[in-house]
Amino acid sequence: MFGDLGEFFTSGSNLMFFVFAILAIGGAIFSISFTKVVHMVISLAVTFLSLAGLYVLLHAEFVAFVQVLIYAGAISILMIFGIMMTKHAEEEQELKRPLHSWLVGLGVAGLFGILFYAIQNSTLPDPGVLEAGENNTLEIGKLIFSVHVIPFELMSVLLTVAFIGAIVVAKKEDD
Amino acid sequence: MSTLATPYLMLAAILFCIGLYGALTKKNAVIVLLSVELMLNAVNLNLVAFAKLGVAPNLTGQIFSLFNITVAAAEAAVGIALLIALYRNKGTVDVNEMDQMRR
Repeated sequence: MFGDLGEFFTSGSNLMFFVFAILAIGGAIFSISFTKVVHMVISLAVTFLSLAGLYVLLHAEFVAFVQVLIYAGAISILMIFGIMMTKHAEEEQELKRPLHSWLVGLGVAGLFGILFYAIQNSTLPDPGVLEAGENNTLEIGKLIFSVHVIPFELMSVLLTVAFIGAIVVAKKEDD
Repeated sequence: MSTLATPYLMLAAILFCIGLYGALTKKNAVIVLLSVELMLNAVNLNLVAFAKLGVAPNLTGQIFSLFNITVAAAEAAVGIALLIALYRNKGTVDVNEMDQMRR
C-alpha cells in the first residue's frame, strides 16, 4: 500500500487529491473537536468545499458546483441561522457520560477497521473510460430529462412538500 | 494491486466514520444534523468516484448523487424547522433533553 507513494506524488492530480483529502479530513476532525458551535459549522464548510474540489478532479463539474451552492452555501448558512435562533452563547461541553463516548469511539473504530480491510482487499477491475462528452452539464441535463425524468419530478414534489412542511412546523402557533 | 478508486473509497470511509462519531456523541442538535450531512457527503463521494472509476463508468452515478444532495437539503430544512419548534417549546437544543415521547 505504501510502496508506491513515491510515484503517487509524481502526478499533479494525485497531489491535488492529497491536498483536498487533507483539507476534508482536517475540516471534519476540527468540526468535532472545536468547542464553539459556529467554528464547527465553518470547518465543516471547509470540508464541503474541498469535496467540491474532489468532484472537479473526478470530472463531475456540475456536481461540484451544486455541492458549492447547496452545501457550502445553503446548508452551512441554514445551520448558522439555526444556531443563531437557538442558544448559541454556551459552548459545547463534554458529555457527562465518558463511557458512552468511549464505546461509540470503539464501535466507530471497529467499523472503520472493517471498511479499511474490505477496501484494501477488494480487487477492483480496471476502470473503463467515462463517456462524459465535452459538456458535463449538457449531458447530465439530457439524461435527467430523458431517462430519469420521473425521479426528477418526484424530487421536485419532495422538495415542495418538505419546505412547506418546514415552514408549517417552524411557524409560531398564534399567527 | 491498488486501483485508482481506492484513495477515494478510503477518504469516504474516514469521513463517514467521523460523521458517525459526531452524530452519536455530540450534544448540540445542530451539530448532530451537520454530522449526518457529513455522512451523506461521504456517500456522495463514493457515488461520484464509482461514476468515474467504477467497472462501467456512467453519468448515472453523478445524477444519483444530485438526487442525494436534494434529499439532504430537504432533510436539513425539516431538521432545522423541528429544532426551532422544539426550542420554542422547551428552550433547549440538547439532544439528551429531548425525551418528551417517553414520559
